[in-house]
Amino acid sequence: MTKLTDLTIRGALDGLAAKEFSAAELAEAHIQAMEAGRDLNAFITETPEIALERARESDNRRAKGDALGAMDGVPIAMKDLFCTEGVLTTAASHILDGFTPPYESTVSANLRSAGAVMLGKANLDEFAMGSANITSYYGPVKNPWKATDGKDAGKDLVPGGSSGGSAAAVSGGMAVAATGTDTGGSIRQPASFCGIVGLKPTYGRCSRWGVIAFASSLDQAGPMTKTVEDAAIMLGAMAGHDPKDSTSAPMAVPDFAAALSGDVKGLKIGIPKEYRMDGMDPEIQALWDQGVNWLKAAGCEIKDVSLPHTKYALATYYIVAPAECSANLARYDGVRYGLRIPGDSLDDMYMNTRGEGFGHEVQRRILIGTYALSSGYYDAYYIKAQKVRTLIANDFKAAFEDVDVILTPTAPTPAFALGEKQEDPVAMYLNDVFTVPTSLAGLPGISVPAGLSKSGLPLGLQLIGRAFDEETLLRAAHAVELAAAFNHKPGREG
Amino acid sequence: MTYVIKGETGDWEVVIGLEVHCQVISKAKLFSGAATDFGAEPNTQVSLVDAAMPGMLPVINEECVRQAIKTGLGLKAQINTTSVFARKNYFYADLPQGYQISQFDQPIVGEGSIILDLEGGASREVGIERLHLEQDAGKSLHDQDPKRTFIDLNRTGVALMEIVSKPDMRSPEEAGAYLRKLRSIVRYLETCDGNMDQGSMRCDVNVSVRPAGSTELRTRAETKNVNSVRFVMQAIEHEAERQVGIYENGGEVVQETRLFDAQKGVTRSMRSKEHAHDYRYFPDPDLLPLTFPQSLVDEIQSSMPELPDERKARYVGDFGLSPYDAGVLVQEKDTASYFEAVANGRDAKLAANWVINNLFGVLAGRGVDITNSPVSAEHLGELIDLISDDTISGKIAKDVFDIMLETGDAPGKIVEDKGLKQITDTGAIEAAVDAAIAAGAAQVEQYRGGNEKILGWFVGQVMKATQGKANPGQVNKLLKDKLDT
Repeated sequence: MTKLTDLTIRGALDGLAAKEFSAAELAEAHIQAMEAGRDLNAFITETPEIALERARESDNRRAKGDALGAMDGVPIAMKDLFCTEGVLTTAASHILDGFTPPYESTVSANLRSAGAVMLGKANLDEFAMGSANITSYYGPVKNPWKATDGKDAGKDLVPGGSSGGSAAAVSGGMAVAATGTDTGGSIRQPASFCGIVGLKPTYGRCSRWGVIAFASSLDQAGPMTKTVEDAAIMLGAMAGHDPKDSTSAPMAVPDFAAALSGDVKGLKIGIPKEYRMDGMDPEIQALWDQGVNWLKAAGCEIKDVSLPHTKYALATYYIVAPAECSANLARYDGVRYGLRIPGDSLDDMYMNTRGEGFGHEVQRRILIGTYALSSGYYDAYYIKAQKVRTLIANDFKAAFEDVDVILTPTAPTPAFALGEKQEDPVAMYLNDVFTVPTSLAGLPGISVPAGLSKSGLPLGLQLIGRAFDEETLLRAAHAVELAAAFNHKPGREG
Repeated sequence: MTYVIKGETGDWEVVIGLEVHCQVISKAKLFSGAATDFGAEPNTQVSLVDAAMPGMLPVINEECVRQAIKTGLGLKAQINTTSVFARKNYFYADLPQGYQISQFDQPIVGEGSIILDLEGGASREVGIERLHLEQDAGKSLHDQDPKRTFIDLNRTGVALMEIVSKPDMRSPEEAGAYLRKLRSIVRYLETCDGNMDQGSMRCDVNVSVRPAGSTELRTRAETKNVNSVRFVMQAIEHEAERQVGIYENGGEVVQETRLFDAQKGVTRSMRSKEHAHDYRYFPDPDLLPLTFPQSLVDEIQSSMPELPDERKARYVGDFGLSPYDAGVLVQEKDTASYFEAVANGRDAKLAANWVINNLFGVLAGRGVDITNSPVSAEHLGELIDLISDDTISGKIAKDVFDIMLETGDAPGKIVEDKGLKQITDTGAIEAAVDAAIAAGAAQVEQYRGGNEKILGWFVGQVMKATQGKANPGQVNKLLKDKLDT
C-alpha cells in the first residue's frame, strides 16, 4: 500500500471509500509529517486539533453514508492569506499580529463544505509579495528538494513564492494538497520549483472574499496538488460564483475532472515565439521542446503564435500590482486590529506601526505604487500600464483565435539557493516573466512538473488556456503529465 | 438686486459654487448590508466591510443607485448608464479602508440644472456640474476623553450623493436659495432627508471674487462642512470681503481649504500644508464599472413624484396664485400637502391666504413645523367654508381661528357654541341700522354734506349693536340706501 503521505486526492478518496484507512488516520499521518517537516517552515500555524476534529466528522459522515463532498476527509494546507474563522491569519506579516478573523473566506468555506480537512496555515511571502518565500515575517520556507549537482548542490533552496509554504507542504508530503493564490505567478512558479501541479484559474473563477488582498484585479486562488486530476477535483471544490465578490464570475462550475479524457487529438497548441528569450537557459529550452514533442506525439497540432507585447508584461505588472497594493494595504493602520506601535500623534502611530509592521519588500511595493498613482505620474505610469495590459490581453485573444492552449516554460530557472537574489529585486521579479502575462490577461494557467534539471531539480511547463476554459487547459495539462511521467520525489524523506 | 461689494478700488462681485453632500435615504450602506439609522449607539451599525477587515469586499447597494438616478432626474440631469467607482486615498483614523470609494472622472450623473426661487417671485437657473455616489467616513469623537480620540464607525460607508453646482451663483441669497431648493427637491424625491443640523446634508462653499462686470474666474477658496443655510450665507459674505481685502491690498488669494467658525461668523485657513492631499484616485479594482440599462432610468422617470417647480406652476396656472405665494407653499412637501388639503374643493386663493398669512405666523411663533400644526387642514378648510357660505365674516373668522388654536375645536362647533353666526336677517340688521341713524343726527348731517368716510362710524355702531355678527355687505348696503334717500 502507498504511504498515506504519498497519496493524491484521488488516491485518498479511493482509499477512504474502500475503508483502507480512516480520515482520522490520514490526518494523523499528515500531522506527523507536518511536525517532522518543521525545519522546512512550511506552516505558520499548525491546526492539528481542527484537522482531527474535521477528519472524525468526515469519518462519521462516511460511516452514516451521508452526502459526501468532493474532498471529504482529504487533509490540506491552507495558504495563510485565506481568512479562517477562529484561526490566526497573518498574511506572513508582522502587521497582522494576533489577528484572528471572525469569518471564513469563501474558498476555504467551500473546501470545508466539500469535506476537506485543514491541517494548518501555510507560510508565504509577506502579503504574497515575493517569488522565493523569503519575505515572510515568520521566516523563509525551504524547498524539500535538494540539488544533487551544480553550484547549489546540498544547499537549502527556496520553494518559490509566494505560495512557497503550500508548495513545500505538498511536495514534502505534509499535505495531500494546498490552496495557493496567484497574482503574477505565485501558484505556478512555486509549483514548478517544488515539482507539483499548480493551477491559477481564470480571474473570477474563485471568490476573493476573505482572501487578504494584494492586487485585486490580479489575485486569484487556485489548487496546488500532486496531479492534474487532483487540481481538477480541488478546483471544483474551490470555485463558484460568490455574490460577495463583485468580480466573481456568475458562471456554473463544470465537472473539471470529467474533462480529463486523455484525448487531445487535434487540439491546437500555440508556441509563442516571444517567450524564447535571449540568454534562455538551454535546459529550459530543451524541456519546452520536449513538451512540444509530447503534445505532437499525443496528436496535437503545434502552431507558432505571437504575443508581441510580452516584453512589456513585467514592467506593466510592476506598475499595476503595486498601485493596487498601495491602496489595499492602507487599511493596516494600527487602528482596529493587528499590530499597533503607539506614537505621539495619529501620524506618528501610523508611521511607527507601518514602519515596523511591513517588511522591506512590502514597503518597496507600497512606495512604487504610491508613486505610480501620484499626481503628475498617474498618466505616465498607471494609465499607460492599463493600456499595455489591454494590449497584452488582446495578444492572447488573437492567439486563441488560432489555438486552444498555449505552451511555455513556467519559470526561467529551477529553484535557487536561499539567500540568492535577495538583494536584487529586479532579478527576483524576473522569476515571473513567463507567468505574469497570463495574470495580466486574467487567463487560466497551470504548471505541470515535466522533468529534472541537470542539478536534479524539478522544472515545470506552463499551459495557458482561454478564459473560463479550464477544462481544455486541464485536458492538455493531463496529456503533458502522462507523457512526462514525472515520478521523482524530493531527496528528503517526508 | 445685484450683490456688490463696494471696495476702495471699485465694485466687486462674488462667484459661488456649492458642493453639497446629501446622505442617501436607504436601509443599508453603499457597499455593505449594515444599517444606516441616525443616532444609534456607537459602533453598532458596522459590518466587516465597513471596518475594512482583511479580505472584505464592497458590493454595490442597488437601492442607493436608484436613489442617485432619481435625484439626477430631479435635477433634470444627464444619467450615465456607465459610471466608475474610484478610490480616493488618504489616511485618517475614521476612514478604515485608508481610501474612500467615490466616483472621479465618470460619475453616475452629469450636467443638470436647478431653478432658484428668489425674493419677490423672481427665479434664476443654476447649472449642476455633476452628482456622484461615494462613501461617508466615520466620526472621530475628540471630546470623550482628555487624551484619546474615539472612533464611531456607524456612519462609515453610508451612501452620499455629492452634488456639485457650476459657479453660477452671485450672492449669498442665491446660495441660500440654491440650498433651500436642493433640499426641497431631495425631500420631494425622498432621496435625502435634507437635515443639515443632523449632518445628512453638508455643504462645501467655493468662493472667488472679481471686479464687477469681469468674466474671469479667479482663484477660489473652499470652505468645508458648513452646516446651515444661514452659515453658508455668512461664510460667503465673510469670504468675499476677505478676498476683496486681499486683492485691494495687492495680494493674491491662495487656493486652499478653509473652515467656518460659526461663533465668530468668519472663515479660517486649515493651515495644513503638510497634509496637502494627493488623493491618487484610481478605479477601484474590487468593483466592476457600474452599468444599468436605460430601461431602469425610464422606469424611475415614470414613477417620479411631482417636483416643487411643477407644483408651483400648477398652483399659479390652476389656482391663480401669485408666483411668490406658490413658491412659498411648495418649498416644503408637507406644507404643499397641507395647503392642498385645505384648498381642495375651495377657493384656493383664500386657502393660500389663510395658510401663508395666518397659519405660518402661528407655526413660526410656536417653533413647530406644519406636520405638528395646532390646526388641522380639515378644520382650516371648514373655517374657509364658513366664510365662503357667509356663516361668518372674515373678521369673525379670525376670532374663531384664535379659539381653534387654543382649544383645537372644530370651527363649526365654536361658531355654534359662541353664537358667532353672522346675522343675515335683513329685518334685524335694518333695525340696528335705523337705530344708528337715529342716534347719529350729527353724523347724518356730515354724510349728507359729502363726507362719505363717516359711513364707517355707522358701520361701527351697527357692528357694535350686533356683536360684529351682522353681514358687513348687507350693513353697508342698507346704510347707503337709507342715508342716500
